[in-house]
Amino acid sequence: MNWPRQEWERLMVANAPPWAVLLVPVILAGFAFAAAAADGILTARAAGGRLTGAVAAAPLAEVARLLTGQRRVTPAEDRVLWRSGLIAVPVAAALAAVVIPFGSVTVSRMSVGVVWFNAMEVLTWAAVWVAGWGANGTLSLVGGYRFVAQGLAYQLPLMLALICAAAGAQSLNVAQVVTAQAHVWFAVWMPAAFAVYLAAVYAFSFLGPFSYPAGRDLAGGVMAELSGPDRLMLQAGRWLLLTAGAGMAVPLFLGGGAGPLLPAWVWSAVKTLAVLAVLVWARRRLPTIRADRYAELAWVVLIPLTIVQALVVSLVVLTRGGVQL
Amino acid sequence: MTLQLFLLLAAALFAIGLYGALSQQAIVMIMMGLELILNGVIIAAAAFWHYLAPGMASGQVIVVVVVVAMAVEMAVGFAVTTAIYRARDVSMTDEAAGLRR
Amino acid sequence: MIVALFWVLAVLAAASGFLVFRLASMARVTIALLVSFLAAGGLVILLGLAYLGVVVILMMVIEMIIMAVFMIAYMMQPAGLGSMAMSMSHNQRSAAAISAAAFVLLGAGALLAPWPHRAGPAPGNPTFQLGKTIMGPQMLTMIILGLVLLAAMVGAVVLALNRGRYDRFGDDLKQRPPADPARGGIGR
Repeated sequence: MNWPRQEWERLMVANAPPWAVLLVPVILAGFAFAAAAADGILTARAAGGRLTGAVAAAPLAEVARLLTGQRRVTPAEDRVLWRSGLIAVPVAAALAAVVIPFGSVTVSRMSVGVVWFNAMEVLTWAAVWVAGWGANGTLSLVGGYRFVAQGLAYQLPLMLALICAAAGAQSLNVAQVVTAQAHVWFAVWMPAAFAVYLAAVYAFSFLGPFSYPAGRDLAGGVMAELSGPDRLMLQAGRWLLLTAGAGMAVPLFLGGGAGPLLPAWVWSAVKTLAVLAVLVWARRRLPTIRADRYAELAWVVLIPLTIVQALVVSLVVLTRGGVQL
Repeated sequence: MTLQLFLLLAAALFAIGLYGALSQQAIVMIMMGLELILNGVIIAAAAFWHYLAPGMASGQVIVVVVVVAMAVEMAVGFAVTTAIYRARDVSMTDEAAGLRR
Repeated sequence: MIVALFWVLAVLAAASGFLVFRLASMARVTIALLVSFLAAGGLVILLGLAYLGVVVILMMVIEMIIMAVFMIAYMMQPAGLGSMAMSMSHNQRSAAAISAAAFVLLGAGALLAPWPHRAGPAPGNPTFQLGKTIMGPQMLTMIILGLVLLAAMVGAVVLALNRGRYDRFGDDLKQRPPADPARGGIGR
């Protein structure tokens, strides 16, 4: 168990002051805006339009438009549940992002950061189901149930992928997961876990191939009865979740802020933007998949795959006392 | 914040859950009462670990066992409810003697 | 500060637990139970068990949403709307008496029992302590939990499904692909 940590120990000991927690949603929103702007640019290019500055700033314009829009009111809606479910989606993303280190600075010194990330991301199950229920509309309800079905499929492979990363570092602390990748990134020798994690990021933010709960065949599904600030909550929440997932992939699988020449926080930002670029680009290439096509795949193929991956990780860690490739 | 306060809270949750389990008719509502009872047990076990024997892991193991018991109870309880519903088209305990054949 | 947090979480846990049997809408009932569990998870974290507290939060969110699906399916007035009042209860007075007696008994035991002194300092890493004991002295517990979970999974599926091999594969068990209402994703 001798990780050559010296060159990393001196970097990962910086802990941010307590007020830095307020910066986490701001930075998260910044990255999410970049991802949404890139998505807008790709859409404009695919449609053959001109790429002006207005296209890149379109997310901001959308935020302004939705903030001043009128809320839709449905008969016999469950107002308390509806509003709290919608608010909970971006709040869950912000809470999950609290454990992500930015370069060599961590806001939270939680000893169970990996499990905390998992728990905060699971809050979206409750949030999206409640948001679908509260609108008292059929399509909205079906969208909420679709998210629960999708959740049952992606959750266990995601948990096992996170367990692979934690087992490779022999700790649940995110800073120690970063430190354990001083020589080789986890994405190199845990490729199955990394691939499953990226697919699960699409699934819990229900974007891309897993946007089944908000599908076009349901007139928007969970988003069908939303307008104004409600719609902003859910739409922004999806992009914030995607960004939080991409941000967490960096310390878990891509070595955190490690890299030559540049300071650690620049490398963290570059790697996060790279993962976001891959996710946003691939989102337009993959069709939306129905739950009954991937549920069996997730349970019968992905769970054994990630369990075997965890076994490989455990054997490597036990027999070699650490990976020093 | 003493052991007695935690145990009183656990006793309160136990009592509320017992009231629900005894007074409700629908099977799923009875299960909610059982979940509250186990919730009280979790808090009591964690309080015992912290205040009496933090050096031993037995308190933590009790919490793990109770959480597993909750999961098992929910799974089998809902399966039984589904079976009763399919057999007799009811979901109330007062009419649910039909699984005994 | 920690004492204030304890009181907030304790009152939240008990109050939302009580609301479970008072609210009319089944979705609100499930969310009330979820809030009670989140408060309990917070209390477990306050007691120093960080891993177990976060695991309680994680598992209870998943379990409560699955329970919500079943609640909505099996309750007659899931939204609490409509003219029929939610009075699906029987023996209310005797249940209240029994539960009050149980609370008095347990509370008296909690207050009057001569609890021993703390047996030692808390370990630096409770998660490591739990892992080490599950893999060592409590390995039997772990094995039994694994078997119980497996039995629960198999038993739940067998109880809930009313179709067997012969419904899927025909009378001679030779029909491929199987006759399922919805095809799975990998073509089995």
